[in-house]
Amino acid sequence: MKNKTKDQCGRRGERIFSNVCILPSFLGVMIFFFVPFCIVIYYSLINNPVLKEFVGIDNYTKLFNNDAFIKAAKNTAFFSLVSVPLAVILSLGLAMLLERNIPGKSIFRTFFLSPLMVPTASVVLVWQVLFHNHGTVNQIVEACGGHSVDWIKSPYGQLVIICMFLWKNLGYNMILFMAALCAIPRDIIEVAELEGAGAWYKFIHIKLRYLSPTILFVLILSMINSFKIFREVYLLTGNYPQDKLYMLQHFMNNTFNSLDYQKLSAAAVLLALLMIVIMAVLLITENIFGKDVES
Amino acid sequence: MRRKLFGLRNKRRMFNGCVLIFILFAALMFLMPTVLTIANSFMTSNEISANYGAMFSNMTEKKKVFISDNVNLKFIPDKVTFDQYKAVLIQNSDYLMKFWNSVILTVPITLFQILVAILASYGFSRYPNRFKSIIFFAYIILMIMPYQVTLVPNFLVADKMNMLDTRKAIILPAIFSPFSIFLLTKVMKRIPVSYVEAAKLDGASELKILTKIYIPLCKGAIVSIAMLVFIDYWNMVEQPIVLMKNNTLHPLSVFLSEINTGDIGLAFAVGTVYMIPTVLMFLYGEDYLIEGITYSGGIKG
Repeated sequence: MKNKTKDQCGRRGERIFSNVCILPSFLGVMIFFFVPFCIVIYYSLINNPVLKEFVGIDNYTKLFNNDAFIKAAKNTAFFSLVSVPLAVILSLGLAMLLERNIPGKSIFRTFFLSPLMVPTASVVLVWQVLFHNHGTVNQIVEACGGHSVDWIKSPYGQLVIICMFLWKNLGYNMILFMAALCAIPRDIIEVAELEGAGAWYKFIHIKLRYLSPTILFVLILSMINSFKIFREVYLLTGNYPQDKLYMLQHFMNNTFNSLDYQKLSAAAVLLALLMIVIMAVLLITENIFGKDVES
Repeated sequence: MRRKLFGLRNKRRMFNGCVLIFILFAALMFLMPTVLTIANSFMTSNEISANYGAMFSNMTEKKKVFISDNVNLKFIPDKVTFDQYKAVLIQNSDYLMKFWNSVILTVPITLFQILVAILASYGFSRYPNRFKSIIFFAYIILMIMPYQVTLVPNFLVADKMNMLDTRKAIILPAIFSPFSIFLLTKVMKRIPVSYVEAAKLDGASELKILTKIYIPLCKGAIVSIAMLVFIDYWNMVEQPIVLMKNNTLHPLSVFLSEINTGDIGLAFAVGTVYMIPTVLMFLYGEDYLIEGITYSGGIKG
């Protein structure tokens, strides 16, 4: 950071003020998230809330032998691994296409953002219309001479959900990329053009380099949103969807409803650990790639 | 030479044309659900059940006769009517009640979350130290967790504080959700230090720097983050179901998802009514949304 030299040695009172500012949020997070999460960790290590006997990693080994958990973890991992990179790549592509001189740019931008306005339940309704067994997509498929598929209930169900995720999130990601593309210094690109750099070279060596912080940012946002798509899946299929759509969130919701806190706590702790690892990796990557273009 | 250039230009024009057609097509696909919801809200309930009734087997036998086997996607109503709106807004006060429930949950969450976030982001962006960055990392982890992970902690706290079945159970944890802190801190870290130094030379206190420099400079970002937070909580479904068994307090978003399976005739009209606040926000704040997090950089900003 640029401001290190002078800012760092601010007067004591000023530094204390900046700490006090964090305090409300810090206390709230402590009370509502951190302390109860410690209790969750404790729950994951005991056999049941009445006897409170310490059982070590028993709950965790049970979890790994649980078919439903394994299935849910596999589905969620597959969904995230496919949809998050797709969301990043496609929205970057869209942003670069819109960067060209085409008429009606701002109208297109509004159109792409419009999914943010639609209530979740209405989205689900529309999706049901589209992908129903006798729905629009099947009518198109049949008109083209194909066989109709019951999309949501078939193995293609995941494809439907990925489409929904992309539809919902591409717009905002695209906005972020468009802003970042605008922020790339013109002169660097012009110099590269004078030197005879091709479009591909400019993309790889200049644009991608300047975009890398935004790519990470969009990656994180998309990850958060990929977990949030459960809402739609839940409304689309209920508590017990078909095998391919059974997500970790279903598993956790259902164990919550059956009051099996031990299993649920162990799953929550595992997921938290996984997130810490992923975020640490992302942060380190950012430190390596993002440094030279920042500030 | 000239000919070649001309060919090149033609090629480029062709390419731009293709791009335009592609983007037009994609943009229409993105807009389609919005248009469909609004357009279908003006249909008569018979027309709606005739077109979409096949999705739900729990229709009454009498109605079933008119229902086509196919689910038809239909944009233009045969007969435009405001009956659905009459049913939603005048004949039955249920929907307006639920709408009010949504407002009374979402507005305090958004306002207070932003307030907490402004203070905290200011704290995080000034005088960074090791301790602060550890807390910030913890916030990022918390932010990225699926709701189901924080569900048990939320439930435990609500239970201990006797808040289950009250609005507080949803509002209080949501106020401290770190999402807006994460976004706003990144923006605040980009504020040039020279502004702050100039203010300090003029004898401004830290509080003045916050209110007179940071908040005005981040106005766009604050508005756009508030919009994102509002939209997110406006559509909440999981929290009320888990934390409030008493469904008279449920927001319309939960109710709307239940209508879909029953009285489909009303679903589009209710959906459109529910869309009004977000549409108004878009009309007012789209520019903020586009420019808002403009200096979005990496995780640390």
